[in-house]
Amino acid sequence: MIPKLEIRALSYSYHTMAGETAALSNISFTVDTGEFIAVVGPSGCGKSTLLSLISGLLRPDTGSIRIDGTPLSESACRIGYMLQKDHLFEWRSVLQNVSLGLEIQKKLDAPHREYVLSLLNAYGLFPFAQARPSQLSGGMRQRAALIRTLALEPDLLLLDEPFSALDYQTRLSVCDDISSIIREQKKTAILITHDLSEAVSVADRIIILSRRPGRIRKILPVSFPGGAVSPLKRRNDAAFTAYFNEVWNVLQDPDSALSARGGAL
Amino acid sequence: MKQQTIAQQEYVRKQKRRQKTVAALRIFLFAALLAAWEGSARLGLIDDFIFSSPSRVAACLVSMTGDGSIFLHTGVTLAETLASFFLVTAAGILGAVLLWASPDLSEILEPYLVMLNSLPKSALAPILIVWLGNNVKTIIVAAVSVAVFGSILTLRNGFACADPDQIRLIASLGGTRRHVLTKVLLPGSVPLIISNMKVNIGLCLVGVIIGEFLAADKGLGYLIIYGSQVFKMDMVVMSIVILCLVCAVLYQGIALLERRIR
Ligand SMILES: Nc1ncnc2c1ncn2[C@@H]1O[C@H](COP(=O)(O)OP(=O)(O)OP(=O)(O)O)[C@@H](O)[C@H]1O
Ligand SMILES: [Mg+2]
Repeated sequence: MIPKLEIRALSYSYHTMAGETAALSNISFTVDTGEFIAVVGPSGCGKSTLLSLISGLLRPDTGSIRIDGTPLSESACRIGYMLQKDHLFEWRSVLQNVSLGLEIQKKLDAPHREYVLSLLNAYGLFPFAQARPSQLSGGMRQRAALIRTLALEPDLLLLDEPFSALDYQTRLSVCDDISSIIREQKKTAILITHDLSEAVSVADRIIILSRRPGRIRKILPVSFPGGAVSPLKRRNDAAFTAYFNEVWNVLQDPDSALSARGGAL
Repeated sequence: MKQQTIAQQEYVRKQKRRQKTVAALRIFLFAALLAAWEGSARLGLIDDFIFSSPSRVAACLVSMTGDGSIFLHTGVTLAETLASFFLVTAAGILGAVLLWASPDLSEILEPYLVMLNSLPKSALAPILIVWLGNNVKTIIVAAVSVAVFGSILTLRNGFACADPDQIRLIASLGGTRRHVLTKVLLPGSVPLIISNMKVNIGLCLVGVIIGEFLAADKGLGYLIIYGSQVFKMDMVVMSIVILCLVCAVLYQGIALLERRIR
């Protein structure tokens, strides 16, 4: 079977007048259709860079990105990229905000409008369609940002720490919501997070990156009895702590501490 | 209406009383100044031929209202100010968009814009008269030159401060730089554009008056310079008072627009 996403020997460096920053080095992995992948790693190790590369906002220095077997630049696959902050525009209503992508791509016709309204309805934002973003709670804003991404009907979803702006309690429930939305719609998704328990509670596999320049330290498959159970159920499962400790130990590996000292110079 | 606590009612009443006191004192200050001015002119403490007086100003206003000439002069100044204001606003937005669209151009022009912005524009007025003649064109160009460079620079800096993540958002939704401009920068800069308009209307008025001092036979600036040359100080003072009113009305107009947009 051809994987949904295939990344091979990917490297990327940023260039500024102050110097060169190697952000990612020799990254290779594949993602199958319908899989939910979590990426964890120390701050600044190149996680956001990885998503920017997959979404095509940046071009790799070396290596290749293939989607459904075709190179990214020729692929017709729709990629939805949900950024760290919601960036809802205050001068637009919630409905106008979630329709922004359709508006830009000139797809705002009756069926798509209908679809957006059904998404708002499904995720409890319908009564707020005409409200301003500032009238929404943090969790509602995050859901609006997800609907804005889903409105373009992406096949591949990239999520960059989508819950980091939320308080812990909202975070658990929004994470629960969003991961069930993604599972229901059978989307392929890559989630970046710095919360290890979040990674263990949602992912099919966890990709653990080293300090900058990010390399893959380990790809950890996660499976719970009963298949894709909800994040909240996973957190209460006996296997949860074992997975959590394993991710923690890989991240704490003495090697990575060593390269961290080198990197800080 | 929601039920209010005693403390809240007390607070609201205090605030309202304070507002009333402020309004009353403002009017009192105005009346006191007028009375002192009129009084010292009547008592001969100041020479009302040179310093004028409220009653002489009023008389002058009545006579110029009678022959309608005051409406002509005020209208001309107002029209020139509005024309140059619209030109400055349009040129400011267009210029800023152009500089944003081409970072190279922006960097090349930067020192020139900064220099032109800090140059005292009154120094240009005599040249403008020679180049453009003794007419309305000179006045409007003078007024535009006072405000336009600052306006371009302010708006361009506003555009440059846009959150790079918002630009990434547009790109991630498949948008181009044109979409960044129309969906993020322009709508996001509306408060900045309006506060810039408030500055511009004042600067345009300055430019128009400079222009009218030098190159006009109509307008409040002309009345002021003419009045001072023929020692009709009543006319000078009256023109300044009308100018104050024009300023206030124009500024309030933009404030109204601001509230409308919110
Ligand atoms: N535009 C840029 N120019 C230069 N260097 C950059 C740029 N963007 C990121 N970097 C550098 O590249 C490295 C990787 O950045 P990236 O944003 O991918 O990290 P991250 O893993 O997402 O971090 P975080 O967890 O803090 O979000 C960082 O060390 C950063 O300093
Ligand atoms: Mg990041």
